[in-house]
Amino acid sequence: MKIFVTALAAAALALPAAAVEYGTLDPAKSSLAFTSKQMGVPVDGKFGKFKVALSFDPAAVQKASAGFELELASIDAGSKEANDEVVGKDWFNAKQFPTAVFKSTSVKALGGNRFEVTGTLTIKGRTQNVTAPFTYKADGANGVFEGAFTIKRLQFGIGEGPWGDTSTVADDVQIKFRLVAAARK
Amino acid sequence: MTTAPTQYTRTAIALHWLIALLIFVAFPVGLYMVDLPLSPQKLKIISWHKWAGITVLALVLVRILWRVTHRPPALPDSMNSIEKLAAHGAHHLLYLLMIAVPLVGWLMSSAKGFPVVWFGVLPLPDLVGKSESLAEFFEEAHEILAWLMALIVVVHAAAAVKHHFVARDGILARMLPFLK
Repeated sequence: MKIFVTALAAAALALPAAAVEYGTLDPAKSSLAFTSKQMGVPVDGKFGKFKVALSFDPAAVQKASAGFELELASIDAGSKEANDEVVGKDWFNAKQFPTAVFKSTSVKALGGNRFEVTGTLTIKGRTQNVTAPFTYKADGANGVFEGAFTIKRLQFGIGEGPWGDTSTVADDVQIKFRLVAAARK
Repeated sequence: MTTAPTQYTRTAIALHWLIALLIFVAFPVGLYMVDLPLSPQKLKIISWHKWAGITVLALVLVRILWRVTHRPPALPDSMNSIEKLAAHGAHHLLYLLMIAVPLVGWLMSSAKGFPVVWFGVLPLPDLVGKSESLAEFFEEAHEILAWLMALIVVVHAAAAVKHHFVARDGILARMLPFLK
Protein backbone atom coordinates (compact mmCIF):
# COMPACT_ATOMS: atom_id res chain seq x y z
CA MET A 1 0.00 0.00 0.00
CA LYS A 2 2.74 2.38 1.01
CA ILE A 3 4.66 1.55 -2.13
CA PHE A 4 1.56 2.11 -4.23
CA VAL A 5 1.00 5.61 -2.74
CA THR A 6 4.63 6.53 -3.29
CA ALA A 7 4.44 5.33 -6.87
CA LEU A 8 1.32 7.38 -7.41
CA ALA A 9 2.94 10.49 -5.95
CA ALA A 10 6.01 9.96 -8.11
CA ALA A 11 3.84 9.56 -11.16
CA ALA A 12 2.00 12.76 -10.31
CA LEU A 13 5.27 14.63 -9.92
CA ALA A 14 6.62 13.23 -13.14
CA LEU A 15 3.73 14.78 -15.06
CA PRO A 16 3.67 18.37 -13.86
CA ALA A 17 0.64 20.25 -15.08
CA ALA A 18 0.17 17.68 -17.78
CA ALA A 19 -3.32 16.73 -16.85
CA VAL A 20 -4.40 20.12 -15.59
CA GLU A 21 -7.29 21.84 -17.17
CA TYR A 22 -7.77 25.53 -16.58
CA GLY A 23 -11.13 27.10 -16.15
CA THR A 24 -12.14 29.87 -13.78
CA LEU A 25 -10.65 33.26 -14.45
CA ASP A 26 -9.15 35.42 -11.73
CA PRO A 27 -10.42 38.85 -12.81
CA ALA A 28 -8.19 40.75 -10.38
CA LYS A 29 -5.03 39.32 -11.94
CA SER A 30 -6.26 39.31 -15.53
CA SER A 31 -6.14 42.27 -17.84
CA LEU A 32 -7.23 43.25 -21.29
CA ALA A 33 -5.39 46.27 -22.61
CA PHE A 34 -4.88 47.94 -25.94
CA THR A 35 -2.60 50.50 -27.51
CA SER A 36 -3.76 52.83 -30.23
CA LYS A 37 -1.65 55.37 -32.04
CA GLN A 38 -2.82 58.96 -32.17
CA MET A 39 -0.66 61.25 -34.30
CA GLY A 40 2.15 58.74 -33.92
CA VAL A 41 1.73 58.72 -30.14
CA PRO A 42 1.05 55.38 -28.46
CA VAL A 43 -1.90 55.75 -26.09
CA ASP A 44 -2.73 52.93 -23.69
CA GLY A 45 -6.20 51.89 -22.71
CA LYS A 46 -7.94 48.95 -21.11
CA PHE A 47 -11.25 47.27 -20.50
CA GLY A 48 -12.51 46.85 -16.96
CA LYS A 49 -15.25 44.25 -17.39
CA PHE A 50 -14.88 41.06 -19.35
CA LYS A 51 -15.91 37.45 -19.02
CA VAL A 52 -13.76 34.63 -20.25
CA ALA A 53 -14.69 30.98 -20.66
CA LEU A 54 -11.48 29.03 -20.87
CA SER A 55 -10.70 25.39 -21.25
CA PHE A 56 -7.04 24.59 -21.64
CA ASP A 57 -5.15 21.42 -21.01
CA PRO A 58 -1.50 21.83 -21.99
CA ALA A 59 -1.38 18.13 -22.76
CA ALA A 60 -4.28 18.31 -25.19
CA VAL A 61 -4.28 21.76 -26.76
CA GLN A 62 -6.30 20.69 -29.76
CA LYS A 63 -9.26 20.37 -27.37
CA ALA A 64 -8.68 23.80 -25.85
CA SER A 65 -11.19 26.55 -26.33
CA ALA A 66 -11.57 30.15 -25.29
CA GLY A 67 -14.46 32.56 -25.36
CA PHE A 68 -14.44 36.22 -24.48
CA GLU A 69 -17.15 38.68 -23.85
CA LEU A 70 -16.20 42.19 -22.88
CA GLU A 71 -18.31 45.15 -21.96
CA LEU A 72 -17.35 47.96 -24.29
CA ALA A 73 -18.70 50.61 -21.93
CA SER A 74 -16.08 49.54 -19.36
CA ILE A 75 -13.38 51.02 -21.58
CA ASP A 76 -10.68 53.30 -20.26
CA ALA A 77 -9.31 54.92 -23.39
CA GLY A 78 -6.82 57.11 -21.57
CA SER A 79 -8.87 60.18 -20.73
CA LYS A 80 -12.41 61.04 -19.71
CA GLU A 81 -12.94 62.94 -22.93
CA ALA A 82 -11.91 59.89 -24.94
CA ASN A 83 -14.06 57.53 -22.83
CA ASP A 84 -17.14 59.61 -23.53
CA GLU A 85 -16.29 59.71 -27.21
CA VAL A 86 -15.52 56.06 -27.93
CA VAL A 87 -18.81 54.63 -26.66
CA GLY A 88 -20.58 56.87 -29.19
CA LYS A 89 -22.00 55.98 -32.59
CA ASP A 90 -18.85 56.67 -34.64
CA TRP A 91 -16.82 54.36 -32.44
CA PHE A 92 -18.27 51.35 -30.60
CA ASN A 93 -21.90 52.43 -30.59
CA ALA A 94 -22.03 50.69 -27.22
CA LYS A 95 -25.76 51.30 -26.77
CA GLN A 96 -26.63 49.15 -29.75
CA PHE A 97 -23.61 46.83 -29.52
CA PRO A 98 -22.73 46.61 -25.82
CA THR A 99 -20.25 43.75 -26.06
CA ALA A 100 -17.35 42.50 -28.12
CA VAL A 101 -17.22 38.73 -28.45
CA PHE A 102 -14.39 36.36 -29.27
CA LYS A 103 -14.87 32.64 -29.90
CA SER A 104 -11.94 30.40 -30.57
CA THR A 105 -12.10 27.94 -33.44
CA SER A 106 -8.73 26.27 -32.94
CA VAL A 107 -5.69 26.26 -30.72
CA LYS A 108 -2.36 24.87 -31.75
CA ALA A 109 1.01 24.39 -30.10
CA LEU A 110 3.93 26.34 -31.54
CA GLY A 111 6.55 24.59 -29.45
CA GLY A 112 7.85 25.26 -25.98
CA ASN A 113 5.40 27.37 -24.01
CA ARG A 114 4.09 29.09 -27.11
CA PHE A 115 0.68 28.52 -28.59
CA GLU A 116 -1.61 30.12 -31.09
CA VAL A 117 -5.34 30.63 -30.95
CA THR A 118 -7.51 31.35 -33.95
CA GLY A 119 -11.08 32.48 -33.72
CA THR A 120 -13.71 35.00 -34.62
CA LEU A 121 -13.95 38.43 -33.14
CA THR A 122 -17.25 40.25 -33.33
CA ILE A 123 -17.42 43.96 -32.61
CA LYS A 124 -20.21 46.31 -33.62
CA GLY A 125 -21.99 43.56 -35.53
CA ARG A 126 -18.97 42.80 -37.70
CA THR A 127 -17.07 39.55 -37.49
CA GLN A 128 -13.45 39.01 -38.46
CA ASN A 129 -11.05 36.11 -38.08
CA VAL A 130 -8.17 36.80 -35.74
CA THR A 131 -5.11 34.82 -34.78
CA ALA A 132 -3.17 35.49 -31.61
CA PRO A 133 0.03 33.87 -30.41
CA PHE A 134 0.21 33.45 -26.67
CA THR A 135 2.39 31.94 -24.00
CA TYR A 136 1.28 29.69 -21.21
CA LYS A 137 2.94 29.06 -17.91
CA ALA A 138 1.83 27.37 -14.74
CA ASP A 139 2.00 29.53 -11.66
CA GLY A 140 1.15 27.37 -8.66
CA ALA A 141 -2.43 26.25 -9.17
CA ASN A 142 -2.98 28.94 -11.78
CA GLY A 143 -2.29 29.06 -15.47
CA VAL A 144 -1.08 32.34 -16.89
CA PHE A 145 -1.86 33.09 -20.52
CA GLU A 146 -0.30 36.11 -22.16
CA GLY A 147 -0.51 37.25 -25.72
CA ALA A 148 -1.01 40.08 -28.12
CA PHE A 149 -2.47 40.62 -31.54
CA THR A 150 -3.30 43.49 -33.80
CA ILE A 151 -6.67 44.37 -35.26
CA LYS A 152 -7.56 46.90 -37.91
CA ARG A 153 -10.18 49.08 -36.27
CA LEU A 154 -11.82 50.14 -39.54
CA GLN A 155 -12.63 46.51 -40.39
CA PHE A 156 -15.01 46.68 -37.44
CA GLY A 157 -16.22 50.18 -38.18
CA ILE A 158 -14.54 51.49 -35.03
CA GLY A 159 -14.05 55.19 -35.62
CA GLU A 160 -16.27 56.12 -38.54
CA GLY A 161 -17.01 59.46 -40.14
CA PRO A 162 -14.23 61.97 -39.57
CA TRP A 163 -12.42 59.42 -37.38
CA GLY A 164 -11.87 57.21 -40.42
CA ASP A 165 -8.80 59.37 -41.04
CA THR A 166 -5.99 56.97 -40.16
CA SER A 167 -3.36 59.71 -40.24
CA THR A 168 -4.82 60.90 -36.93
CA VAL A 169 -5.76 57.61 -35.29
CA ALA A 170 -3.96 54.66 -36.85
CA ASP A 171 -5.93 51.72 -38.22
CA ASP A 172 -3.82 49.23 -36.29
CA VAL A 173 -4.74 48.70 -32.66
CA GLN A 174 -2.68 46.33 -30.58
CA ILE A 175 -4.59 44.18 -28.10
CA LYS A 176 -2.73 42.69 -25.17
CA PHE A 177 -4.21 40.11 -22.85
CA ARG A 178 -3.08 38.48 -19.66
CA LEU A 179 -5.41 35.86 -18.28
CA VAL A 180 -4.89 34.12 -14.99
CA ALA A 181 -7.09 31.06 -14.59
CA ALA A 182 -7.36 28.56 -11.79
CA ALA A 183 -6.96 24.86 -12.40
CA ARG A 184 -10.26 23.04 -12.64
CA LYS A 185 -10.71 20.46 -9.93
CA MET B 1 38.37 94.81 -21.02
CA THR B 2 36.82 94.18 -24.41
CA THR B 3 34.19 96.57 -25.61
CA ALA B 4 30.72 95.25 -26.15
CA PRO B 5 29.65 94.78 -29.75
CA THR B 6 27.07 97.18 -31.13
CA GLN B 7 25.15 94.45 -32.92
CA TYR B 8 23.49 91.17 -32.14
CA THR B 9 24.89 88.31 -34.20
CA ARG B 10 22.78 87.07 -37.11
CA THR B 11 22.28 83.81 -35.26
CA ALA B 12 20.94 85.63 -32.19
CA ILE B 13 18.57 87.67 -34.37
CA ALA B 14 17.35 84.58 -36.25
CA LEU B 15 16.76 82.66 -33.00
CA HIS B 16 14.91 85.62 -31.48
CA TRP B 17 12.46 85.93 -34.37
CA LEU B 18 12.03 82.23 -34.96
CA ILE B 19 11.10 81.69 -31.33
CA ALA B 20 8.88 84.80 -31.37
CA LEU B 21 7.02 83.44 -34.40
CA LEU B 22 6.50 80.04 -32.76
CA ILE B 23 5.18 81.69 -29.59
CA PHE B 24 2.88 83.99 -31.58
CA VAL B 25 1.34 80.91 -33.21
CA ALA B 26 1.41 78.42 -30.32
CA PHE B 27 -0.15 80.75 -27.73
CA PRO B 28 -3.42 81.61 -29.55
CA VAL B 29 -3.67 78.08 -30.95
CA GLY B 30 -3.40 76.78 -27.38
CA LEU B 31 -6.20 79.05 -26.20
CA TYR B 32 -8.36 78.06 -29.17
CA MET B 33 -7.85 74.30 -29.08
CA VAL B 34 -8.68 73.61 -25.43
CA ASP B 35 -12.39 74.28 -25.86
CA LEU B 36 -12.80 72.38 -29.14
CA PRO B 37 -14.95 69.24 -29.01
CA LEU B 38 -12.91 66.06 -29.50
CA SER B 39 -12.26 65.47 -33.20
CA PRO B 40 -9.36 64.36 -35.42
CA GLN B 41 -8.81 68.07 -36.09
CA LYS B 42 -8.39 68.74 -32.37
CA LEU B 43 -5.88 65.90 -32.00
CA LYS B 44 -3.91 67.33 -34.91
CA ILE B 45 -3.95 70.85 -33.54
CA ILE B 46 -2.90 69.68 -30.06
CA SER B 47 -0.04 67.71 -31.61
CA TRP B 48 1.18 70.70 -33.60
CA HIS B 49 0.93 72.86 -30.49
CA LYS B 50 3.09 70.38 -28.56
CA TRP B 51 5.60 70.14 -31.39
CA ALA B 52 5.86 73.94 -31.57
CA GLY B 53 6.36 74.10 -27.81
CA ILE B 54 9.09 71.46 -27.77
CA THR B 55 10.74 73.27 -30.70
CA VAL B 56 10.72 76.49 -28.64
CA LEU B 57 12.27 74.60 -25.72
CA ALA B 58 15.03 73.20 -27.95
CA LEU B 59 15.69 76.54 -29.65
CA VAL B 60 15.79 78.38 -26.32
CA LEU B 61 18.46 76.02 -25.06
CA VAL B 62 20.50 76.70 -28.22
CA ARG B 63 19.83 80.40 -27.75
CA ILE B 64 21.01 80.42 -24.14
CA LEU B 65 24.15 78.56 -25.15
CA TRP B 66 24.70 81.14 -27.91
CA ARG B 67 23.98 84.00 -25.56
CA VAL B 68 26.54 82.94 -22.95
CA THR B 69 29.20 82.44 -25.61
CA HIS B 70 28.43 85.61 -27.61
CA ARG B 71 28.33 88.89 -25.78
CA PRO B 72 25.22 90.91 -26.62
CA PRO B 73 25.40 94.66 -27.31
CA ALA B 74 25.18 96.82 -24.19
CA LEU B 75 22.14 98.92 -23.40
CA PRO B 76 22.61 102.59 -24.32
CA ASP B 77 23.81 105.01 -21.66
CA SER B 78 20.71 107.09 -22.26
CA MET B 79 18.82 104.52 -20.20
CA ASN B 80 18.85 105.11 -16.46
CA SER B 81 19.74 102.32 -14.07
CA ILE B 82 16.12 101.49 -13.24
CA GLU B 83 15.27 101.14 -16.92
CA LYS B 84 18.31 98.93 -17.44
CA LEU B 85 17.33 96.81 -14.45
CA ALA B 86 13.76 96.47 -15.78
CA ALA B 87 15.06 95.50 -19.24
CA HIS B 88 17.41 92.85 -17.85
CA GLY B 89 14.72 91.59 -15.48
CA ALA B 90 12.19 91.23 -18.31
CA HIS B 91 14.74 89.44 -20.50
CA HIS B 92 15.64 86.99 -17.75
CA LEU B 93 11.99 86.36 -17.00
CA LEU B 94 11.32 85.72 -20.69
CA TYR B 95 14.13 83.18 -20.88
CA LEU B 96 12.78 81.50 -17.76
CA LEU B 97 9.24 81.38 -19.16
CA MET B 98 10.37 80.18 -22.59
CA ILE B 99 11.74 77.13 -20.75
CA ALA B 100 9.02 76.79 -18.12
CA VAL B 101 5.96 77.02 -20.38
CA PRO B 102 6.89 74.20 -22.79
CA LEU B 103 8.43 72.15 -19.98
CA VAL B 104 5.24 72.32 -17.91
CA GLY B 105 3.27 71.49 -21.08
CA TRP B 106 5.44 68.41 -21.54
CA LEU B 107 4.90 67.49 -17.86
CA MET B 108 1.14 67.90 -18.39
CA SER B 109 1.18 65.66 -21.43
CA SER B 110 3.10 62.98 -19.50
CA ALA B 111 0.74 63.23 -16.53
CA LYS B 112 -2.25 62.84 -18.84
CA GLY B 113 -0.78 59.62 -20.20
CA PHE B 114 -0.08 61.01 -23.66
CA PRO B 115 3.64 60.81 -24.44
CA VAL B 116 5.04 63.58 -26.61
CA VAL B 117 6.37 62.33 -29.95
CA TRP B 118 8.12 65.28 -31.56
CA PHE B 119 6.68 65.75 -35.05
CA GLY B 120 5.30 62.22 -34.75
CA VAL B 121 8.84 60.91 -35.13
CA LEU B 122 10.94 61.40 -32.01
CA PRO B 123 9.41 59.96 -28.84
CA LEU B 124 10.31 62.03 -25.78
CA PRO B 125 10.54 60.34 -22.39
CA ASP B 126 7.63 60.75 -19.98
CA LEU B 127 8.69 63.14 -17.22
CA VAL B 128 6.10 61.89 -14.72
CA GLY B 129 3.76 58.92 -14.53
CA LYS B 130 0.09 59.15 -15.38
CA SER B 131 -1.78 61.02 -12.67
CA GLU B 132 -5.04 62.91 -12.87
CA SER B 133 -4.22 65.30 -10.02
CA LEU B 134 -0.77 66.11 -11.43
CA ALA B 135 -2.28 66.60 -14.88
CA GLU B 136 -4.76 69.14 -13.50
CA PHE B 137 -2.02 70.95 -11.62
CA PHE B 138 0.27 71.17 -14.66
CA GLU B 139 -2.63 72.25 -16.85
CA GLU B 140 -3.34 75.18 -14.53
CA ALA B 141 0.34 76.02 -14.28
CA HIS B 142 0.81 75.83 -18.06
CA GLU B 143 -2.06 78.24 -18.64
CA ILE B 144 -1.01 80.73 -15.95
CA LEU B 145 2.64 80.72 -17.05
CA ALA B 146 1.61 81.11 -20.70
CA TRP B 147 -0.51 84.16 -19.84
CA LEU B 148 2.34 85.56 -17.77
CA MET B 149 4.66 85.09 -20.75
CA ALA B 150 2.13 86.81 -23.05
CA LEU B 151 2.04 89.73 -20.62
CA ILE B 152 5.84 90.06 -20.51
CA VAL B 153 5.99 89.74 -24.31
CA VAL B 154 3.55 92.66 -24.62
CA VAL B 155 5.63 94.74 -22.19
CA HIS B 156 8.81 93.75 -24.05
CA ALA B 157 7.32 94.73 -27.43
CA ALA B 158 5.87 97.96 -26.03
CA ALA B 159 9.28 98.87 -24.64
CA ALA B 160 10.90 98.16 -28.02
CA VAL B 161 8.38 100.42 -29.76
CA LYS B 162 8.90 103.15 -27.17
CA HIS B 163 12.67 102.92 -27.67
CA HIS B 164 12.18 103.28 -31.40
CA PHE B 165 9.64 106.08 -31.58
CA VAL B 166 10.08 107.96 -28.31
CA ALA B 167 13.66 107.46 -27.15
CA ARG B 168 14.93 106.98 -30.75
CA ASP B 169 17.99 105.17 -29.41
CA GLY B 170 18.23 102.54 -32.17
CA ILE B 171 17.54 99.64 -29.81
CA LEU B 172 14.84 98.11 -32.00
CA ALA B 173 17.12 98.25 -35.06
CA ARG B 174 19.59 95.98 -33.26
CA MET B 175 16.99 93.22 -33.53
CA LEU B 176 15.51 94.48 -36.82
CA PRO B 177 18.57 95.55 -38.85
CA PHE B 178 16.46 96.71 -41.84
CA LEU B 179 15.13 99.61 -39.72
CA LYS B 180 18.50 101.33 -39.98
